[in-house]
Amino acid sequence: MKFNSAWAGFIAVLIAGLVVLFAVPQIVSLFGIVQMTVFVAMAMYALSQGFLWGFGGIMCFGQASFLGLGAYAYAITAINLGDTSWGMLAGVAVPAIFALLLGYFMFYGRISDAYIGVITLTVSVILFQLINSTSGAQYHIGQAELGGFNGIPSVPTLNMPGDVSNVLSPTGIWYVSMALLIIVYALLRLALASRFGRVVVAIRENETRAMLLGYDARLYKLLSFTISAAIAGLAGCIYDNWGGFISPTIFGLAMSAEVIIFVLVGGLGTLIGPILGGVGLQYVMNLAGTQHKVDPNLGLGVVLVAFVLLVPQGVVPVIRDKAMQLFIRRGAKAARIQETSP
Amino acid sequence: MDLTGLLAFNVLSGIATFVLITLGLGVIYGMMRIINLAHGEFMMLGAYTTVSAVGAGVNIWIAMLVLPPLVVGLVGLVLERALIRFLYGRMMDMMLATWGVSLGLIGISSTIYGNVVRGVTAPLGGFNIGRYGASLYSFVIILVAIACLVGLYALLRLTKFGLILRAAMQNPRMAAALGISPSIVYMATFTLGAALAGLAGGVLAPISGISPNMGAAYIANAFITVLGGGPAIIAGTGIASVIFGAINQIVSFVANPVLGTVSLLVFAVIMIRILPQGITGRFFRNSL
Amino acid sequence: MSEIVPLLEARNVTMRFGGVTAVDDVSLVLGEVELRCLIGPNGAGKSTFFKTLTGQLNPTEGRIKLRGQDVTGLLPNQIARLGVGIKTQIPNVFNGLTAYENVLVAAQRGRSAAMAKAMVEKTLARLRLEPVARRQVGQLAHGQRQWVEIATVLAQEPDLILLDEPAAGMTHEEVERTAELIKEINRTQALVVVEHDMQFIRMIAQTVTVFNQGKVLMEDHVDAVLADQRVRDVYIGKAAA
Repeated sequence: MKFNSAWAGFIAVLIAGLVVLFAVPQIVSLFGIVQMTVFVAMAMYALSQGFLWGFGGIMCFGQASFLGLGAYAYAITAINLGDTSWGMLAGVAVPAIFALLLGYFMFYGRISDAYIGVITLTVSVILFQLINSTSGAQYHIGQAELGGFNGIPSVPTLNMPGDVSNVLSPTGIWYVSMALLIIVYALLRLALASRFGRVVVAIRENETRAMLLGYDARLYKLLSFTISAAIAGLAGCIYDNWGGFISPTIFGLAMSAEVIIFVLVGGLGTLIGPILGGVGLQYVMNLAGTQHKVDPNLGLGVVLVAFVLLVPQGVVPVIRDKAMQLFIRRGAKAARIQETSP
Repeated sequence: MDLTGLLAFNVLSGIATFVLITLGLGVIYGMMRIINLAHGEFMMLGAYTTVSAVGAGVNIWIAMLVLPPLVVGLVGLVLERALIRFLYGRMMDMMLATWGVSLGLIGISSTIYGNVVRGVTAPLGGFNIGRYGASLYSFVIILVAIACLVGLYALLRLTKFGLILRAAMQNPRMAAALGISPSIVYMATFTLGAALAGLAGGVLAPISGISPNMGAAYIANAFITVLGGGPAIIAGTGIASVIFGAINQIVSFVANPVLGTVSLLVFAVIMIRILPQGITGRFFRNSL
Repeated sequence: MSEIVPLLEARNVTMRFGGVTAVDDVSLVLGEVELRCLIGPNGAGKSTFFKTLTGQLNPTEGRIKLRGQDVTGLLPNQIARLGVGIKTQIPNVFNGLTAYENVLVAAQRGRSAAMAKAMVEKTLARLRLEPVARRQVGQLAHGQRQWVEIATVLAQEPDLILLDEPAAGMTHEEVERTAELIKEINRTQALVVVEHDMQFIRMIAQTVTVFNQGKVLMEDHVDAVLADQRVRDVYIGKAAA
């Protein structure tokens, strides 16, 4: 029965996603569609962290590393090769390979969870410092000047694969990015329902037991970490397509903190929660960004502290549990009635 | 020859900088097993304390060496009582909460001071190593770093407070048996760590651009040093600072600062792979 | 020269933690489909010895062989794949998963989906866990969580099963059922069982190895062991005191 309800939820989310995919271009203005693309980027980014933290049990405090590497790899490849399809490929592959290397050092070094948080955070800070200090013409990769703290202006937006002259409209970019979000969500759901996903969750629950049942926890963690980095990189590619420019702030601690807050607010241990958290909070931050009295970091900080103290498991699980309790109570009542009336 | 002298001097002041930026973090982590992600912002508050005090006409030495540890120590005390103490034993939650504090402090200082870079003029002047000019202020940094290490050692080894601290860290119940509530010990330790971070911010204020986001520039190095150093606060911080400070300065000097940072990171990651417990987790186990 | 290779052969295994020697020069040989009980007072080194067998601890000295293959220093997951399953002293289960999922994680390794499912159902039925199959293991009673853990071990179909205090915290009926189960398992698989409960030992045991202070005190048939004065001194005498 749980099996059926879980899949019903999955189908419902897919249908809702498809409705959003086709409805948005009909009802939202062109400017609005461009704005919606950044929500998709943030939702994808939140999904990467939600999978890693909520299911893999791995706390990455520097998820912005992979977002930024994806965004920069996309930009640099697209500028050099022209065709943005290669950019998308690089935007996924570069962070994934980086995560594979970094993850090997961390997981095969049997580093504790807290250290993993610190190391990932440190790496993101160092990447920020590195990219930030590449001002000047001597720092370039092919034709792409890295531009230091000014970043790379005029990053090419998506074109039809193989046809550089056929550049997608903002609506086209919307379709591509939203479709990618739906596909990644579906793939993650399927992966989690597979034997691989079961082992990943089992390791989160009890690493020792998983090892004693014959599973190499290090390998599974490394794979989860790499998958998560690839998804974050994809989010970086979409992010590029929203603004058409990229700067080192994408590696900033605020970006790594934001995604943790997306997941915390949306709900740990779900996939739809982080997506909703990402979209919702990005919307709130956009609103907050229009006023200049209070710095938005203050709001982020207050939300983070409040969530850790008050609702550490997140909004979606809390709502789900409440709904479940209601359901069970009603079910129990029905059962009692059945018992008393033979 | 002159170049060697200059390099040696730079390496020395680089090491001293590592010691300063790490010690506050190291005290809190080593004693309490708390990773304080607001450490960089504690330093930032220390630097702003110096800026504000100098602006108000306070003597520069008092503004750098006395006020920052007092102000930031007080901030640490208040935070410990209001937030941190509810999260003892929950390591990940503690990291998230201190990160929240970090963002909050950045937000508050951006709101008050604006997102601009300020500076404080360094006292003292320069001197020459042969044909090369060097800053006399670097001597101050080196001296303060040494004073901090020696002072902390004396505090832990020679005072009753230090004894209680060490006992409490070994075994909280033992401290309770000595008639001291562990809660008070934790409070004092967190305050001490915050004060040290504040001092670092104050001392480094003249040589850094002071902005609400400046903390991020330091925490990467501070974290690497604490993790690399391992459980012993003073020996660990000292040894790791020597290694990392030297690597960073030498590569920066020979090549450029970007490569200096890269080599530091690569070295640190490999070292943590080989020595996950840090240097003092494997060697010099019984040091402080 | 065709000597019979034993299933498990531990030679001069020593485990030291700093200055403490928890396991001191222990040798133990176990044949195929043998049932062995380990007894000994608390702190005698039984659980530590188990951990060296599963790869959770790397012995300071000595070698461990499975069917002649040296497995000393291998990781727990590698040893598990060679056919060793363990139920640890404290229930070691996936608390956030259902009983069904717990067993499925164990059963799916090396099996097709259909075979894994059949295995889970068979194992749950064998341990009478069907009524709680869909419940989260973290919410089950202590005894039931022990059963779930035993189920995960059995679902791997290991050749060697290590059970660390399988009857602890169980009711009298559950203890009897556990004894029955152990005998049933022993028809096809070898077991090493650590237990304190002497009655339980009498129910199942043939050969008993006695641990004391990290060493093997004696190894003999259960009747001889229980009649031995030294065993009474270190074990029963202590319990009486």
